[in-house]
This record gives sequence, structure tokens and C-alpha cells, in this order.
Amino acid sequence: MSSDQPLTDASTEGQTTQEARMGDGVDDRFNSPLRKAFGTSPFILTKFDKFMNWVRGSSMFMLQFGIACCSIEMMHTYAVKHDLDRFHAGVPRASPRQADVIIVPGTIVSKFAPRMKRVYDQMAEPKFVIGMGSCTISGGPFQEGYNVVKGAEEVIPVDIHVPGCPPRPEALVYGVAKLQEQIANGESAPVTVKPYELEEFGDLERDELVDHLAQEIDEETLVMRYNWTDSP
Amino acid sequence: MSLEQPEPPTGGDEVGVTADGLDYDELAALVGDNVIDREQHVNAEGFVIRPDAVQDTLSTLRNEAGFDHCSAVTAQEYDDRFESIYHLKKFDDPTQQLSVVVPTTKDDPVSESAEPVFRTADWHEREAYDLVGIDYEGHPDLRRILLPETWQGHPLSKDYNQNQPQVVPLREHANPLEEDHSAGEDSDTMFVNIGPHHPATHGVLHVKTVLDGEQIADIEPDIGYLHRCEEQMCQQSTYRHQIMPYPDRWDYTPGGILNEWAYARAAESMADITVPEYAQVLRTMSAELTRICAHLLALGTFGLDVYGDFTAIFMYAVRDREVIQNLLEDLTGQRLMFNYFRLGGVSWDLPEPREEYLEDVRDFIDELPERLEEYHDLITGNEIFQIRCIDTGVLPPEVAKNYGATGPVARGSGIDYDLRRDDPYGYYDELDWDVVTQDGCDNYARVLVRMREVEESAKIISQCVDLLEEWPEDDRDIQANVPRTLRPDEDKEVYEAVEGAKGELGIYMRSDGTDKPARFKIRSPCFSNLQTLPEMSEGEYIPDMVASLGSLDIVLGEVDR
Ligand code: SF4
Repeated sequence: MSSDQPLTDASTEGQTTQEARMGDGVDDRFNSPLRKAFGTSPFILTKFDKFMNWVRGSSMFMLQFGIACCSIEMMHTYAVKHDLDRFHAGVPRASPRQADVIIVPGTIVSKFAPRMKRVYDQMAEPKFVIGMGSCTISGGPFQEGYNVVKGAEEVIPVDIHVPGCPPRPEALVYGVAKLQEQIANGESAPVTVKPYELEEFGDLERDELVDHLAQEIDEETLVMRYNWTDSP
Repeated sequence: MSLEQPEPPTGGDEVGVTADGLDYDELAALVGDNVIDREQHVNAEGFVIRPDAVQDTLSTLRNEAGFDHCSAVTAQEYDDRFESIYHLKKFDDPTQQLSVVVPTTKDDPVSESAEPVFRTADWHEREAYDLVGIDYEGHPDLRRILLPETWQGHPLSKDYNQNQPQVVPLREHANPLEEDHSAGEDSDTMFVNIGPHHPATHGVLHVKTVLDGEQIADIEPDIGYLHRCEEQMCQQSTYRHQIMPYPDRWDYTPGGILNEWAYARAAESMADITVPEYAQVLRTMSAELTRICAHLLALGTFGLDVYGDFTAIFMYAVRDREVIQNLLEDLTGQRLMFNYFRLGGVSWDLPEPREEYLEDVRDFIDELPERLEEYHDLITGNEIFQIRCIDTGVLPPEVAKNYGATGPVARGSGIDYDLRRDDPYGYYDELDWDVVTQDGCDNYARVLVRMREVEESAKIISQCVDLLEEWPEDDRDIQANVPRTLRPDEDKEVYEAVEGAKGELGIYMRSDGTDKPARFKIRSPCFSNLQTLPEMSEGEYIPDMVASLGSLDIVLGEVDR
């Protein structure tokens, strides 16, 4: 959600989701200092990026983050029997600053949404999000609630959705494995969070006026809406 | 401490008590002119009183007629008026109930606050103000409790428009919490936020604390981070099929089946449905299985809070929970959100082959004592644990009653109150088990109560297994005959409660003649229990507060609903 992003990204039109995900190769979320240091020789770079991605996928630090019912199943996934540790994604970290994957396990309501965004913002790059349960997809059983945010993607970008209410631990393990695969391939979901203004005015034709208005938008005062009536 | 009913109060000391129940005329005479009308609710009679006589009426009823438990405050809006209902009970005999109905006009919805009489009314009235919009005069701190401060409108009132945008500048949320800060140059105190994302708060609870050194000078739990509009959801669903999945999501530790029972009990008593005996046994058995599961989670996370890591206690608890979850999955088809009850029974019989299933249950019950021994070795027998928990987080019984605390929290303070025995339902009164109480009033007592309750639940389950094994094959009715669409008579009102994993879980429903409830209110035990946190931890150290919070065993889904 940085203000230097273009308002509408004309180049993404007509692309499949897969293409959009792959983008122009490696996502710039992976832009590591190492990559900058090695900047000249493309051959080593590719190899090194691949190596880094493999490392990232193989040692994921999860955030200890419980919201609602799904977090009970998440705890079971971490604990004995299912033991997520076997899949290089073990012991949850209590501080967002030490974590690189956040599992969002539950319903997000208006009061919690800004707090969750803050926790997400505190995580170090590159960071990944797993949405667990129907609630993080659409609001789930509570979709019609006056206070319920219809899906985590309204607030933070989500890389993997694990449907279910709640998903079984096996499903979550599968979701984590899929995320690892994605990371190893260097693909990740484009950032989909659009603040209110961008949603309202984003599809206006880009003329001088719109460009001017776009510069006016001050990230500090962007507006949040709690009635997500026309979201999917 | 056994199944005997508590001694029937020998008339005289409490007004209105007769050998066969309550004499409402005598009670009405006691409060005199304050009563302007009387209503019949399914569970009790309702006295309609003047909005400026709330404190007077309630304190008379409490001091002279013995109604010492204000279990809930329901607020609702009719076409022509607002109404708050105070559901009163007695800790000694919860079958003696009385509703105090306070109507107020539409244009000036002000009624007197009951907070000076029952401390528990504090949060309940804040919730009523937040969701319905009734003003309580004399309330110490009438603010929103579940919704954000910036919210426009009262969502359960009639003229609320859900599509109106709630626009808030992001700036207000850039740092939604007050910064941690010290109170000033020459002050020793410091403000610290705990939560809403914090490993020790069991979910999304936010605790605002003011510290003096390491001691807590002031503490305020801030809830509402998981307010999922459960009441609204139930009000727009049909009695017969659509409501039942929601209770599973109140107390998801999983107290699922116990919660379903709360709804089933209220709806069945509203629509006069009798549940077949066989189904009652199935209900009792599955409900106690979930209770064990919920108590084990409480134990595991309490270990997590006090020892501070994902250590053996937590893993052991999860190991045992997996066994129960497998049993419940075989029975209901789901690991966590069972949706097993139907109005008038349960959805299906034991899985085939029956013998094998019952054998599995019995194996679990047989192994349980050994496992509990292990927990006692690990936890309660540990000296460090005892130092942390004995005499910390003290909650005297009088305070607990005033706050409407129930369940293991009340029983840990020596209050002998368990709805399974005192207001019997299901098959409990046919079985042999005890209500567990401890007199310690501290964190340790609450943990012990839970562990001993697991033993009692195991007793109940093994008796149920015996019954199920013997049950004649041609008498296995799992559901009563209930019409496909249920339309209870207009203006029936009911408040019924069951003993959930955390305490008294009550449902208030009012029908308007359609197939959906006009008002659905959940009395959540955790909501009342959490209110006692300041009483237990002010003046104590922070780690003791964390232990107290853990020993309250709150589930935010149920606190916020
Ligand atoms: S998806 Fe279902 S189980 Fe998960 S948080 Fe939502 S309601 Fe609870």
C-alpha cells in the first residue's frame, strides 16, 4: 500500500491470475541486500536467489497469533500428532518482529482489523500470509454481520487461502506446504489491499487531473470503511 | 456436595418462598408500588416496574427475597418502547427465578442503572447501551464496550441501517492503542497495554494496565475484538435448523455441544418439545466429553501462561484432547464444530459398530486417572507452581456472587452452584456424581476444580456408556417428532440456562410468531467472569495477573459473541 504504486496497473489487465502472480519474474518483495551486493553478475544472482528462496521456504518462522475458533485447530497443528515442525515451519514466535509467516486464524471484526494490520506491518520483509478458514476468505458464517470484515484481504494481502470451518489440521499443513512451494518458485500474490480512495477513484481514466489527485492522496489520512457492502 | 437438592429454605427468612416454588403475589407485594404490571414468561414471572425504581426494586428483592444472582440484562426494542430485563435467580436454588422488566419510552430511553446493586450490571448495561441504545442513569461509566468508540448507531435497534458506511480516517487507527507511557515526571506509575495480540491473553483481549513498579495500580479489560454479531446472526436464522451451528462458535475450546444444549434447552422449553430418554443419554455423554476437552485446554494453556512456553503440559493436554476429538468426530462427524444436537434430540445415533465405539470411549475413560496423575505430578504438585498460584488472584465468594461469576470460577471460591444439579436437565439427575467445590478462592483452587471436574465428567460418561450398552434396541429414539418449521406462539419469552464449560450459559429468546426469534440474547459466562479480573489483580504483581487471567479460562468468542 505504498503511495508510489500506480493507481491502476494497466499492464495486469487480461492476464490470468497465474501470470499476474508471476509478474515480471521474481517479486520485488524478495529484494534482498545480498541481491544488491551481487548486483552485477546475473548468473550467480539467479542461482543465489533460488538458493535464498529455498532457504526461506524451508525455515519459516510462524507468528503466534490466535483470533477465533480456527486458532484452536492451528494450535493442534503446531502440537503433537500433526506437528507442523516436521515441515520446517515450527515453533510459533510471540513477536511479529521475529516472524515471517502470519496465519490469520479467524473472524476479523472492525475493532480488530486495524490492530491486525499493525501487527502485519511490524513483521520484517519478506513476509507471507496464510488465511485460515472461511472467515478469512469471506467472513464465513458471519458474513452478514454488521461488524464483520469480509475477509482478510480487505486488510492485508493473503498468499494462501485454506478453506474450511475450521480447516482440519491436515488442510493447514497442506496450505503451509503449498506456500513453501510458492516461495521456492519465487512467486507470490500481488498486493491486493486497496484503500477506500483507490477503490473509489482507481478506475478513472488516468489524465492529468487524476494524476494530480493521486498525488494529493496522503497516506496518513486514508479512510477505512467498515461496511464492506460491495466487496465480493 | 452430592446430588441431593440443597436444603429447601425454611420459609420466613426469604419472602415469597413456599414449599412448591415461589409465591409471586407475595413478592409483588414486597416491592409494592414499583410494579406497574405483571407478565408471564415461560421460565418465570416478570414484574414490569417503573424505570426510576430499578435500584429500589432490585435491592429489596436481593436483600429481603434472596435473589442474589443477576444472571443477565437483556435489552430490546419493541415498536413502541425499549425494554431492559434483569434476569434474577438465587445461588442457592436457581429454579427460583424472576424477571424484572423495565420499559422506557422511545424518545427518551433512560432508565435507572442497577450497577450499585449488582456490580455485574456494569458491563451488561454497557453492552445494552452499545447494541440497543438504552441510557442508564447513574451508571459509573456508560461507554461502548463491544464496538469501536467511533461507531455510529446502535446495531440491534430497529432503525439501524447496516449499509450506512462507517467511515473512519486511518489516522485514528494508525496507532489504535494509547502509547505506553509513564504518567509524568514526578509520578511513579506507567501505562502499559497488554494485548490485543499477546500470547497470554488467550486470543484477542486487550488489557489496559497502570503499573506502579511491578504492581498493578489500575487495570481495565477492553473487549470487543471478536464481536461477531452472534445475536444478530441468530435473529435472522430459523429456529429449526439454522441457529444450531452458531452455538458451536461461541465457546470453541470446544464447548460446542454444551453450547448447543443451551440453545436446545431454551427452544425446547419455548416450543414444548420433549426429548426422548435415549437422546438425553447421548446428549449427556457427548456434552461431558466436550467438557473434558475444554477443561484440558484450560489446563494446557494455564501451564503455558504460568511456565511461559510450549512445554510438556501443553503437549500432554493436546495429546489427550486429540483422543477426545477423535471420539467426537466418530460420533458427530466434525472435530470442532459438531452441530450434533437437533431440537428434540440429536442428529444421529452412535456410529456402527456400537460396541467398538463404546469400547473406545471406555478405553479413554479407563486411562484417564493415570493421565490425571501425570498432570498432578507436572502441575499441581510442583512447588514453583504452588508458589505462583496459591493465594494469588483471590476472589472472595461474596465478590464473585456480586459479579455474577459462575462455573469453575465460582466453585473455586466455594460457591456450590452447578446447574446440572440445581436446575436439572438431560440425564444428570439420574446419574451418580458430585459437584466439585474448593474453598481456596485463589488461582490454585480454580485449577483444582477443573481437574476434579474432569474426574466427575468421566464418572458421568462411564455411567452413560453402561446405559447405552444395555439400552433395548427397539427403544432407541434419537429425535422427537418436531415440525419442519417451528413457529412458537407470539410473545412467548424464555430464559433458560445450562452449565457450560465456563459456567452458566443462558439464552433469552422472544418469539414474534414467525419462524425466527425476535430477540436472541446470549448470557455468556465468560463475560461475567472476566469482569472480576480487576478485583483479583489490583495491587498484585503482573505475573499474578497473567495467572489469574489464565485461571479464569475465558474464551473471547464467548466474551464478545
Ligand atoms: S472459519 Fe469457522 S472455525 Fe474458523 S474462525 Fe471462522 S467461524 Fe470459526
